[in-house]
Amino acid sequence: MMKMFNGRARMLASSAALSLLMMTAPAAFADTPKDTLVEAFAIDDIITMDPGEAFELSTAEMTSNTYDLLVRLDPTDTSKVKGDLAESWTVSDDGLTYTFKLKSGLKFASGNPITAEDVAFSFERAVKLDKSPAFILTQFGLSGDNVTEKAKAADETTFVFTVDKPYAPSFVLNCLTATVASVLDKKLVMENAKPVTPTDEYKYDTDFGNEWLKTGYAGSGAFKLREWRANELVVLEKNDNYHGEQAKLARVIYRHMKESAGQRLALEAGDVDVARNLDPGDLDAIAKNADLASTSAPKGSIYYISLNQKNEALAKPEVREAFKYLVDYDAIGSTLIKGIGDIHQTFLPKGVLGALDEKPYTKDVAKAKELLAKAGYPDGFTVTMDVRNTQPVAGIAESIQQTLAEAGVKLEIIPGDGKQTLTKYRARTHDIYIGVWGMDYFDPNSNAETFTSNTDNSDEGKNKTLAWRNTWDVPELTKETQAALLEKDSAKRADMYKGLQKAVLETSPFVVIFQQTEVAATRANLKDFKLGPSFDTNFVSTVSKD
Amino acid sequence: MSAIPTQAGAGRASARARSLVLATLRFLVIVVTTYLGLLAVTFFIGRVIPIDPVLAILGDRAPQHVVDRVREEMGFNLPLYQQFFLYVKGALQGDFGTSVLTTNPVMQDIRRVFPATIELATLGTLIGALFGIPLGVLAAVKRGSLADQIVRVIGLIGYSVPIFWLALLSLVLFYAKLQWAAFPGRVDVVYEYSFTPVTGFYLIDATMQGAWDVLWDLIRHIALPACLLGYFALAYISRMTRSFMLNELSQEYIVAARAKGLSETRIIWGHALRNAAVPLITVIALSYAGLLEGSVLTETVFAWPGLGLYITNSLQNADMNAVLGGTIVIGSVFIAINLLSDLLYRTLDPRTRTR
Repeated sequence: MMKMFNGRARMLASSAALSLLMMTAPAAFADTPKDTLVEAFAIDDIITMDPGEAFELSTAEMTSNTYDLLVRLDPTDTSKVKGDLAESWTVSDDGLTYTFKLKSGLKFASGNPITAEDVAFSFERAVKLDKSPAFILTQFGLSGDNVTEKAKAADETTFVFTVDKPYAPSFVLNCLTATVASVLDKKLVMENAKPVTPTDEYKYDTDFGNEWLKTGYAGSGAFKLREWRANELVVLEKNDNYHGEQAKLARVIYRHMKESAGQRLALEAGDVDVARNLDPGDLDAIAKNADLASTSAPKGSIYYISLNQKNEALAKPEVREAFKYLVDYDAIGSTLIKGIGDIHQTFLPKGVLGALDEKPYTKDVAKAKELLAKAGYPDGFTVTMDVRNTQPVAGIAESIQQTLAEAGVKLEIIPGDGKQTLTKYRARTHDIYIGVWGMDYFDPNSNAETFTSNTDNSDEGKNKTLAWRNTWDVPELTKETQAALLEKDSAKRADMYKGLQKAVLETSPFVVIFQQTEVAATRANLKDFKLGPSFDTNFVSTVSKD
Repeated sequence: MSAIPTQAGAGRASARARSLVLATLRFLVIVVTTYLGLLAVTFFIGRVIPIDPVLAILGDRAPQHVVDRVREEMGFNLPLYQQFFLYVKGALQGDFGTSVLTTNPVMQDIRRVFPATIELATLGTLIGALFGIPLGVLAAVKRGSLADQIVRVIGLIGYSVPIFWLALLSLVLFYAKLQWAAFPGRVDVVYEYSFTPVTGFYLIDATMQGAWDVLWDLIRHIALPACLLGYFALAYISRMTRSFMLNELSQEYIVAARAKGLSETRIIWGHALRNAAVPLITVIALSYAGLLEGSVLTETVFAWPGLGLYITNSLQNADMNAVLGGTIVIGSVFIAINLLSDLLYRTLDPRTRTR
């Protein structure tokens, strides 16, 4: 009787084995198609694709590949800008009026012609929407009331932009390279605009296509945005109407992958062509693989710790100085940020006008102890640091915890999610914060303003710069920062920023540790894949495959 | 026996009706309180965590005046109880607000991602039941033998090892080393646009459209996570099958059947398993619900774009509307499956009706 059962069991076992085999039959690992670039990239920061609203690092890359600007940063010399849609431009003698002449025969991806009217509309739209990046334009005196006057089309191909003060032209032009100044297809956008009931806060009766553009597209760049699915993928497709050199590939796909290890696996297996977020360990492994290559570029982001001056101990000038001697820069440089960053101690990243490359501080516990004793803390004190639980900041925080202990300072690390630590930082309820600051636009003022200006140090202060967040009251430096904006002579302007960096280096509660190097590992058959000097200059239109 | 209802028969019928009404009422009370509890707990957790939801909406680099304006627009300046009241009001109308992350209404997002989870969990349960039941029967019949030991060890591993850990191990082995399984995800990005999702169940969609290369790619993607989930279902189902079968095999009617000279095959499959099938339905339904709910970690490891991954991503981004919506949908499914299995149980086993 049991025989039957055994027979069935055997059948069952063999069919189980068979189906297992079927399911895991070794399929040839197909590489990505020749006309498609697939990048593994952490794109979970994207919250909107509207160039008037988007202000995240990943979005900047998508926007710059899909939209055109009047002028662009020259990737070969970042102290200059070059025309994009603009053929040429002039600045009036009083330094207030910028006149741009557009190239002829330009078209949007939709087929609509690009006119100066579209440029004026794009400015008007960004200013009136007043989303996160709008200040890059409104800082020139633009408001919802005057924007149609101050940014307008003189004729079909002439766009006139009027600023409120005679700013350094380099400053104005650098700001116009920011993605918020992207040129949008007015006709297409307004066809998709939604009516809005005006309120005190928002006085206009249209959303200027904001809701539609969160996932939509109305540009003229080398690629069109085909789709964005949050935390999943971004798909770009070649734009045949592009005015410049045509993209070599038909499609670019960014796949959201957060973990370095996962990206490396996918790259090694040939499922992706590029891995964008690799840790030092995975980078090392990739360097040993002949099928893979890597490329890198210094980026405009700097990592720093800052000491809240509300904390009595941290407010002592000697303590601030002591902290600068209590970072083991060498150890951090050779392990935690190897390949993904360079030790850097000034607030302007290398490559920016006026950047100062000075590294006066090294780990010196004896000197730090002396300074602490002078401040009245011979036995140290206890203090907390809010740390986002991602690398490399978590590792750096632990390293600093060790070196501080050598000088008797007990550091308690409070780990948290990024938004959690940031919430505390913005409310200035932290002791010490470890963070990263990326430039809002490629001009020295972007970082100078946040690190050295604090117009109102009260808790109600409207201008919440990093100096404000750390309760660092610096009226003198604030004035100098503002003055540097009006200096027309680039060399003199650069010198002013050098002075500001020296001041921050010596007296500030900021301990700048390193500048990020962006690294990408690629399949060896990829050609002309380059990383640009800023996060909005990683262009993919030149990339091709063998 | 008689076609005319006897007094006793009518009494039984009315008792049955009463018990049905009571059961329905009890169920309704459970549903309502569960929902309210779910709403309250998730809402207040979402509000007390020290994360500024406005930062989640605006990103890290937004200027302060924009942050202040949006806080007001979103109603975060209202007292907490008012915010909760507004939330419940919306939720009752099926409106869970807009997801910060995807900018879509939460319900629309869930409609898009849920089929992926159902597809995976259904396949996992099928695999689990297909292999779990025979294995459980085998273990029961050959109680104490080597086969029994092996089945029990298989079950034990499935029971005690965390699923995400096994998922990672299997990825390293089958994807990275052996290169049998496909890259995590539901379908290769290359095939993303070579068929049109209609039902949202890609396996069905691809089959209906005759997109065979896509179908093959889909199978290569779903095989590993489905087998893994199937294994976990198997562990539970085989263990329960074994114990139900042991219980049945010790009953008197089995002895009687043997005495009558029935074949062992008929006794096991025809009599014992048939009776064990009733409680097994609950077990399978529960493990199905468990797979739907437990998909959070598996989906994260396998980058499976279903509800689990959606909720995980939303949590990481402090996208509380999406987290709340997702949690409530999973809660509803759990309640629905429980009710369904309860009803089936009642239909199949008359003894439970009057209990």
